Amino acid sequence: MDNQNLSLIERIRDSDVYFSFIKSPTAIISTIILTIIFFCSFFVEFVAPFNPFNPSSLSLMDAFTPPSWSEDGISKFLLGTDGQGRDMLSTILYGSRISLIVGFSAILFSLILGVALGLTAGYFGGKYEMFVMRITDVQLTVPSILMALLVDGIARGLISKESHDEMAIYVLIFAIGISEWPQFARVSRAATLVEKNKDYISASTIIGVSNIKIMFKHILPNILRPILVIGTIGLALAIIAESTLSFLGVGVPPTTPSLGTLIRIGNDFLFSGEWWITFFPAIFLVILAFSINLLGDWMRDTLNPKLN
Amino acid sequence: MSFLKIDNLSVNYGMRKETVYAVKNINIDVKKGEILGLVGESGSGKSTLGNAIINLIDEPGRISNGMVILDGINIHEKPGDIFKYRGKKIGLIFQDPQTSLNPLLTIGEQLIETIQTHLKLNIDECKNRAISLLKEVGIKDADNRFDDYPHQFSGGMRQRVVISLALCCEPELLIADEPTTALDVSIQSQILELIKTLTKERNLAVILITHDMGVISETADRVAVMKNGDLVEIGLTKEILTNPKELYTKSLISSVPPTNKKISRFKIVKTKKNEEKGANIKILNRWNKKKIIYGDLIKIKNLKKTFQDGIFTETSKNTIMAVDDVSFNIREGESFGLVGESGSGKSTIAKMVVNLFKPSSGEIFFDNVCVTKIKKNKEMMNFRKQIQMIFQDPYSSLNGRLKVRDIIAEPIKLHNSLITDNDLDNYINDLLESVELSKKSAIRYPHEFSGGQRQRISIARALATQPRLLVCDEPTSALDVSIQAQILNLLKDLQEQLNLTILFISHDLPVVRQMCDKIGVLRNGKLCEVSDTEKLFLEPKHEYSKELLYLMPKIESIYD
Amino acid sequence: MLVVAFVSFSLFTFVGDPVHNMVGEETSDQERGEIREALGLNDPIPIQFTRFVRNASEGNFGISYQLRRPVSELISERLPATLELVFISALIALIAGTLLGVYTGINRGSILSDTILAISLLGVSLPTFVIGILFIYLFAVILGVLPSFGRGEVIDFGFWTTGLLTISGLKAIILPSVTLSLFQMTYVIRLVRAEMMEILQTDYIKFARARGISEKSIQYKHALKNGLIPVITIAGINIGTLVAFSIITETVFQWPGMGFLFIQAVKFVDIPIMSAYLVFIAFIFVMINFIVDILYYFIDPRIRVKSGDANG
Repeated sequence: MDNQNLSLIERIRDSDVYFSFIKSPTAIISTIILTIIFFCSFFVEFVAPFNPFNPSSLSLMDAFTPPSWSEDGISKFLLGTDGQGRDMLSTILYGSRISLIVGFSAILFSLILGVALGLTAGYFGGKYEMFVMRITDVQLTVPSILMALLVDGIARGLISKESHDEMAIYVLIFAIGISEWPQFARVSRAATLVEKNKDYISASTIIGVSNIKIMFKHILPNILRPILVIGTIGLALAIIAESTLSFLGVGVPPTTPSLGTLIRIGNDFLFSGEWWITFFPAIFLVILAFSINLLGDWMRDTLNPKLN
Repeated sequence: MSFLKIDNLSVNYGMRKETVYAVKNINIDVKKGEILGLVGESGSGKSTLGNAIINLIDEPGRISNGMVILDGINIHEKPGDIFKYRGKKIGLIFQDPQTSLNPLLTIGEQLIETIQTHLKLNIDECKNRAISLLKEVGIKDADNRFDDYPHQFSGGMRQRVVISLALCCEPELLIADEPTTALDVSIQSQILELIKTLTKERNLAVILITHDMGVISETADRVAVMKNGDLVEIGLTKEILTNPKELYTKSLISSVPPTNKKISRFKIVKTKKNEEKGANIKILNRWNKKKIIYGDLIKIKNLKKTFQDGIFTETSKNTIMAVDDVSFNIREGESFGLVGESGSGKSTIAKMVVNLFKPSSGEIFFDNVCVTKIKKNKEMMNFRKQIQMIFQDPYSSLNGRLKVRDIIAEPIKLHNSLITDNDLDNYINDLLESVELSKKSAIRYPHEFSGGQRQRISIARALATQPRLLVCDEPTSALDVSIQAQILNLLKDLQEQLNLTILFISHDLPVVRQMCDKIGVLRNGKLCEVSDTEKLFLEPKHEYSKELLYLMPKIESIYD
Repeated sequence: MLVVAFVSFSLFTFVGDPVHNMVGEETSDQERGEIREALGLNDPIPIQFTRFVRNASEGNFGISYQLRRPVSELISERLPATLELVFISALIALIAGTLLGVYTGINRGSILSDTILAISLLGVSLPTFVIGILFIYLFAVILGVLPSFGRGEVIDFGFWTTGLLTISGLKAIILPSVTLSLFQMTYVIRLVRAEMMEILQTDYIKFARARGISEKSIQYKHALKNGLIPVITIAGINIGTLVAFSIITETVFQWPGMGFLFIQAVKFVDIPIMSAYLVFIAFIFVMINFIVDILYYFIDPRIRVKSGDANG
């Protein structure tokens, strides 16, 4: 008990979470991979060897170049080129940026919406709670990928074809976000119900603390752990959902391709033997999702919240 | 000739930073037909020792050395052999009957499976045996209840089923780990009586693990006292309780609230570390001490509270009467005790007094203001300031994400928004000192404190608004008996010096006797009797009060 | 069910102008008005809604904008393909998932169970379409042992067409159903494992051990029965999710089922098909919930059936 004078860093070093982190090679490796991917994606202009969206640098002569280590490969294009002569590595990095932006924004959107509704529903209870939970129940009966498809379909009906392409990315964020929020609402409501019945909340009420202050100062920090865990797993799901929708052709348009769009484009060339056009984006996507899931899995084991 | 011999047994847990020894080189003998009480506070290793006998220790714990010799045979010698002894020679009973039985199997299935595991009998023989066992442990209508599921039994009945499961293959050694802690006092005495009878009739050797000195004095023939994994002392129950040799045993026994008399303070036996000074109430000079009016501070009239079972099914409305027409008054400066068993409605009343629950009908007056009719926010804040509460569970009553300083500062700032930072710090320090915590505590988080210390923080937080009424809902029932004694002493000091009014809620009669001037006895939501404390204990009027007083385990019974 | 009906009706009514979608650009306003009248689009909303519900309950969802054929006909044509695919996948996911989950839950820390867990995590990270593409490339393009698209030969019973009775049909269903089931299987594995591990820590398991009950009986009789309760719940959700994910699998394998139809509908804003599909999904869910409730009643003695809970 003589650690009250330790600095914050020393506190973190002393904590069980840190201990379990340095003891877990998978957690460390996935963190490193993710850091690299995030870095390369967000500073893609400086990292990528080419800008695949600059038409002047493209040459159809370069189209369908296989990866550099195969017989016909050129060392200039490490992972080969696609049908328009775009460098695969650069295209993938640009694509992963789109995927990450959509994934993060969507999960942030659903997190804020879900936690706000779940927290208030759990705290106030009564008819409001029943109402909110009914909505989540109904929405949970509709699988998230279907929900996103529906939202996208409706949006296509409402938005004119011309503006659809530029709106596509926002529609996508909204569609994925709206399909994931019930998870957050359920978990935060369940956690709020547990916390609400603890005596420290009663104590705050007796002291005279206002409802809003109790919710955000007392309950919210205590339910953050499970939310963080499903947020991480949700991020992987959102990225997969984005690529799935794009693969199905209802996501981001081919002019600014995400990983899913790239895989769809490449899929057409699969039978003619140009396997690398679809293979590398797919592998990249899997590595990205796998690393996030590994991290999420480790978080779930370490923070050990009861998830349901 | 001893039947069970525990020889130099140690259990350790390999933890992250060090190896913790939960049981250290214990030597204990138990004879047939004898009940050995194993007492100690939490963390003493008594339960671990019980589990270690049948080698049932959770990871990462393991038995590091020593032997368990049963009837002359070392049962730990071959690792596979222990399965032959579990259930067959040694029966084990756990604390909580709610969780000890598999919810998806009928009690009959569980009994038959256990019998068939150890004895070569056919189904019919098993069934006959199981039914006669159920009858023996006092389950009425055993033939018909044989196919019932565990959830169809009450807590006490379930514990009887658990006992029948432990005994169904006629073991010669029974280990009972806190078998009555989860039960009400009236059921507790029945279960203890049953264990005593079975011990005699079947000539069992019994190890009874408990923290309750009263239970020990009424059931055990010999006692072993444990502390931090060590065996402190072992001997005949009477000798240990009346004439303990070791300092630890002395302090343990002096902390137990006597049932037969009222004492002014608990005697805390001095150890080197903590010297008992008596509280230095630093906040006294800040306290707005009310003139003692000796009027009624709290008046409760015809209070009722109903709960609806199953809110979601509109068709079935099971209304549960949690509090049924309760009326009583508490005078300023008095300490009023509410006692009752679980489900008697005592906590519900407390929550209505502090306005956490709204009563279904009836009125609560605080200082002649009707609490239930307060509408304005300002009036409500004024009311909140004057009533504070201390809760049962010290682990859930503090927000783990806030430092102690912020926990205590919250009520101060809320009710005095003009306070300067400097003054706030001084006030917090004074509060901490008043509850005998160091100033350094302020910058720590709750998880760095023990249960007793947390309860002190709770008290400091409650005192921060300078309340007139302090509602204490089982403030010590989650604490070890020596810590309980300290907290009760602190509450007494505070009450005396600050002229607090206390509503003290407890199931523990001896504690209430030490703490309260007046007592109300509750049963199933109804108030049976209100009486001055000494009068209640000496000449109870109501039948139920008499029963409770008769049944409570008395440490003094050993003198008889 | 009504809620879903209302949502799909709103879709029908408010999203886009069906007339605009149905007719060409050169149609005059007057003609448009006549079509509106003929379709009943000028009636008040509540009347339209009752008509929608009545028609829907008779299986009439109107006419596809894009294909110009009755939606009910399109659906009944494609329903068998989807249901067969989902059924086979659900079986694979549940059986394999439960077995592996129990194994990893009991044998914690063994090399095999760690491997299974790592692979299952990889399974969650693999989008269904990626698995599909990999399978096609491996088994159809490189090895050439299994077909990469279509249902193979089907036998027509009039109301039902099945691919399960011909060899080419069985071959054709292997890749899509395994693809579809992998993602769900990983969920089942993790759920069962977590549940088994938690149950093996409970007091009643400890008490059973203390009575000398054999480890085998504890694991397979006491723990497994309790562990299966959440599997029933997940099985319900599982089947619904499979229906949804069949959209992707059907696209990848060009499986002539409802998902394929639906994705075309989304692309061309073919509202009648979209709303009909939604009603169909909701119907499946209500059925599943109902079955799950009944199963609970038989497995868990603590549960009393609560009436009026089935109308999600």
